[in-house]
Amino acid sequence: MRRLLYLLPVAVFGIIALFFLRGLTLNPREIPSVLINRPVPEMNLAPLPGRGENTGLATADLKGRVSLVNIYGSWCIACVQEHPYLVQIKKQGIVPIHGIDWRDDPVEGAKWLQKHGDPYDRVGIDPAPGRTAVDFGVTGAPETFIVDKAGLIRYKHIGPVTPETWDKVLLPIIKELNK
Amino acid sequence: MTRKKRRLYFVILGLLAIGTAAALVLSALRQDIVFFFSPSEIMEAKVPTEGRRIRLGGLVEQGSVVKQGALVHFKVTDGAHSLPVVFEGLLPDLFREGQGVVTEGRMGDGVFMASEVLAKHDENYMPKEVAESLKKSGHWQGEQPK
Amino acid sequence: MIAEIGHFALILALAVALVQATIPLIGASRGNATWMALSGPTSTAQVLLIGISFAALMHAYVTSDFSVMNVAQNSHTDKPMLYKVAGVWGNHEGSLLLWITILALFGFAVTLFGRNLPPGLKSRALAVQAMITVGFLLFILLTSNPFARLEPPPINGSGLNPLLQDPGLAFHPPLLYLGYVGFSMAFSFAIAALIEGRVDAAWARWVRPWTLAAWVFLTCGIALGSWWAYYELGWGGWWYWDPVENASFMPWLAGTALLHSAVVVEKRDALKSWTILLAITAFGLSLLGTFLVRSGVITSVHAFATDPARGVFILGLLVVAIGGSFLLYALRAPTLKTGGLFAPLSREGALLLNNVLMATGAGTVLLGTLYPLFADALDLGKVSVGPPFFNSVFLPLMVPMVLAMGIGPLMSWKRGDLAGALSRLKVAAIVALIVAIVTWVAQGGSLGPWWAAAGMGLAVWLLLGTLTELAERTRLFRVPVGQSLLRLGKLPRAAWGMTLTHAGLAVFIAGMTASSAWKVESVQSQKIGETVTVAGYAFTLKTVQDVQGPNYIASRGTFEVTKDGAHFAVMQPQKRSYKMPPMPTTEAAIETTFLGDVYAVVGDASSDGGYVTRLYFNPLVVWMWFGTAMMVFGGLVSLSDRRHRIGAPTRAPTHVPANSVKA
Repeated sequence: MRRLLYLLPVAVFGIIALFFLRGLTLNPREIPSVLINRPVPEMNLAPLPGRGENTGLATADLKGRVSLVNIYGSWCIACVQEHPYLVQIKKQGIVPIHGIDWRDDPVEGAKWLQKHGDPYDRVGIDPAPGRTAVDFGVTGAPETFIVDKAGLIRYKHIGPVTPETWDKVLLPIIKELNK
Repeated sequence: MTRKKRRLYFVILGLLAIGTAAALVLSALRQDIVFFFSPSEIMEAKVPTEGRRIRLGGLVEQGSVVKQGALVHFKVTDGAHSLPVVFEGLLPDLFREGQGVVTEGRMGDGVFMASEVLAKHDENYMPKEVAESLKKSGHWQGEQPK
Repeated sequence: MIAEIGHFALILALAVALVQATIPLIGASRGNATWMALSGPTSTAQVLLIGISFAALMHAYVTSDFSVMNVAQNSHTDKPMLYKVAGVWGNHEGSLLLWITILALFGFAVTLFGRNLPPGLKSRALAVQAMITVGFLLFILLTSNPFARLEPPPINGSGLNPLLQDPGLAFHPPLLYLGYVGFSMAFSFAIAALIEGRVDAAWARWVRPWTLAAWVFLTCGIALGSWWAYYELGWGGWWYWDPVENASFMPWLAGTALLHSAVVVEKRDALKSWTILLAITAFGLSLLGTFLVRSGVITSVHAFATDPARGVFILGLLVVAIGGSFLLYALRAPTLKTGGLFAPLSREGALLLNNVLMATGAGTVLLGTLYPLFADALDLGKVSVGPPFFNSVFLPLMVPMVLAMGIGPLMSWKRGDLAGALSRLKVAAIVALIVAIVTWVAQGGSLGPWWAAAGMGLAVWLLLGTLTELAERTRLFRVPVGQSLLRLGKLPRAAWGMTLTHAGLAVFIAGMTASSAWKVESVQSQKIGETVTVAGYAFTLKTVQDVQGPNYIASRGTFEVTKDGAHFAVMQPQKRSYKMPPMPTTEAAIETTFLGDVYAVVGDASSDGGYVTRLYFNPLVVWMWFGTAMMVFGGLVSLSDRRHRIGAPTRAPTHVPANSVKA
C-alpha cells in the first residue's frame, strides 16, 4: 500500500506523457487549404515594376504545365531563408516558379528580388488586403502551391521550402503530376 | 502521536484537499469550459448552443466586415457555411479579413454575439482548432494528393 | 568564423558534460576521490565553453552579422542596442542557449561555493546537473542550432516582433530562466540524495538558499511578464490563465511549497520524502513548461514557432528526466529514514497544510492547462479552458491557505497551541471582518461581486496576522516600547524576509481583488471633442493625429482627462504600424495613482466619423506590483541572512534545531 503511494507520481506522469505523445501527432502540421484539388482562383495580377510588360500572373498562365506558385513579400521573414533555394530550383529547370508579391509595396518587392535573386517566371502583385492570396487560402508567407496541368491546386506547403521538404515532399508530387 | 497517526493525518489532509479540488473541478468542468465549434456545426444545428458560452472559429469572410460605431459586424466561414457575428469593442491588432479568427460568446437569433475576439500576435496565425474544423468540414483532402 | 567557434564550443561542452555526468557518479559509488573530484574542473570547463558559445551568439547580434540565420531572422541594424542584445533570447534557439548558459552557471556555482559539501553529495549532484546539460545540449545541437549560416547573407535582418521590443520583455526571459533553471539545483540535490539514500538538515540547508534564489527570480520574471501584458497588450488585464502563463505559474507554486517544506526538513528533520518529491516536481514543471511552450501541443497566444521534431525531442527529454526521477523516487524514497514526529496542530502541521494546498492548486492548474489536450485525445470535443475555470477552482483553494498563513507562523514547532494563536489573532480577525463588511456596504451590497468583500477581508487578515506575529516576536505592548524596538533590530533577516513576503502577498491580494472586482470599462465610438466619463474621470478626445516614429507610423489620440472639473492629465495612447516586420500594435496610455490606474486605448476610425476608444479605471493595480516587489524584496532579505547564504552550510553534527529562530 505504502509502496503504491510512492509509485503514484511516476504513474501520473506516465499518463500525462502518453497524452503528450498523442498531442504531438494530433498537432496538424499542414494547415488545410480550402482549395486543394480545386481550380486556381480567378485572378489577373499586375506585373512588378521593372520586370517588363506581360510578366504579371493570370489564371490562364497556370494551365498546361505543372508549376509552383510561391507567396512572398519583401517584409517576409522566412522568405529570405527559402529564397536562395528557389533560385537553385529555377536553375535546375524542373518546374516553372511563379511568384505573388503579397501585401507589399511593389517597388520594395521588385528591389527585394534584385537583391536576393529572381527565380520567378511570372510575378503578380497582390496589394493589401491581398484578395487573391485569400482566395488561395494563404495564411502567411512564405507558402508554396503546386498547380497541375489542368490548373488545379494540388498541394500547399506552408513555411520555407528547404532541401529536405523539396526532396521528400514537393519533388515527388511534381514528378507524379508530370507523368 | 505515533507514526501511524501522523500518516493518517497526512492522508486525511491530502484526501480532503484533493476531494475539495475534485468537487470544484467537476463543477467547473460543467459550467466553465467552453466548447469550440465551426460555423457548419452551428448552422446545421448539430450541436446544442442554447444559452451556452461557446467559441466559434473559422476565417473572417472577405468583404464581410462592417463597422458601425463601436459595433463590428462580420461573418465567420469554414468554406461550407458562414455565420454572422456581432462584436462590440476593439478588435485585436491582427484581426483582418481572410484571416483565421476565434471568437467567444453566445448564439443569439441567428447571429453570434461575441464578447471576445482572439487573434495571435503573429502574422502566421492559424489556430489549431480552426485548422481542425476546416479539415473536418471536408475542405481539406489530406496531405498527399492522389 | 566566430559563429563556428560558438558552435564548436557547444560540441566540446557536450563532450565535457558527458564526462561530468558519468565519471564522478561512478567515483562516488566506488569511493574513488580522484574520479569524484573530476566534477570540479569539468563544471568549470563547461561554464567557459558554453560562455564562449553564448558570447559568440551575442557578438553576432551586436555586430548584426546577418550571415547567421538566427540573427537575420530576428534582428535588424536599425534596432536599438538593448533589443539587439535582448534579441539573442527573443527566439527559440537563442533562448535555449540562454537556458543552457544559466544551467552551466549554476553547476559552476556548486563547484565555487560548495567546498564544504560532502564530496559524495557534491559529485553526484553535479553529475545529475551534467545529465540535464547533456540533454539540452543534444537538443540544441540536433534540432535548434543557433549558429546555422545563411548563404548568401541578406543585406539586413527581418527585425524583431515589435511587441517584444520593450524593456519589460527584454529582461523577462532571463529572469524566468534563472527561476526555472534555479530549481534544477534542488532537483539535482534531490536525485543525489535519493542515490545516497540520505536526506538531513544539512541537505535542506544547502537546498534552501538555491530554491529561495530561484523563487525570487521566478517571481520577478512572472511579475515582469504580467506587467508587460498589462501595459503593452492594451486590454487592461494582467493575467489570462493562458497556458504559457500557467507554465510559469506551476513551477512557482511547487517552488513555494518546496521552500516551506525544506524549512521543516531543516528544523525538524521531517517531511523528507515529500520535500524530495516537491524538488523533483518543481523542476519537472519547469521542464514541462518548456515543452508546452515549444512543442505546440497546447494552443497559446504567445508560443514560439513550433516544430514537431522538437516536440518529440523535448518529450523524450521530459520522459527521461522526470519519468526517470519519479521512478527513482518510487524505488528509493521508501527507504529514506522518516524523521521527527509532530502534532497536526503545530508549525509543521501548518506548513504541511500550506504544502498540500499549494500542491493541489498546482495540480488543478495543470489539469486545466492540459484539459483541452485530454479532451481532444479522448474525442470529447474541442474545448478551451479559460479564466472562469481557474477562478472558480484555484481561488477557492487559496482561501484556506491564506487563513492558515495568518495562524501558522504563530504556532510553535512540534506541538502548537491553536487556541492561544487564535486568541492573539482576535484583533486581526475582528478588523478583517469589519473591513469585509465595510467593503460590502461601500460597493453597494450585491451591486459588486460577493467575493470582493471576502478578498479584502482576507488581505487584511493576512497583513494583520503577519504584523501580529512580528509584534509577538518583539513582545510589543508587553515590554517597554524601547525594548521592543531593540528586539526588532535584532530579528534575524530570515524572519524579516518572511514578514515582508507574507505582507507583500496581503497587499497583492488587495490589489488583485480590487482590480478584478471594480474595474470600470467603457468601449465606444468617440468623436473629436466628445467627452466620456468613466469612474469620475472625464475623457475628452481632443485630436487624433498621425505621428512618425523611428520604425513605425502611428495614429495618436490625445485625451484631456479631468476629475471633478479639475485637470488630471493629458493622455496620448497610440495605434502603431511597424514596418519591419509589418505589424500593428496598441500602445495604451496609463496614468497611475495610488487608488487606481486610468487607462486609455485608441482604435480605428469608425464609420460615423469618430474613433473607437476603450477607457478603463483599474482600481489598486499598483498595489499588485508593489506587493510583488515586497515579496521579491523579502526573498532577497531572507537570502542575505547569514545562515542562508549560499555555500555557508556545513554538515555539522552539533546542529541543534531547538534554538534556531522561528522562520
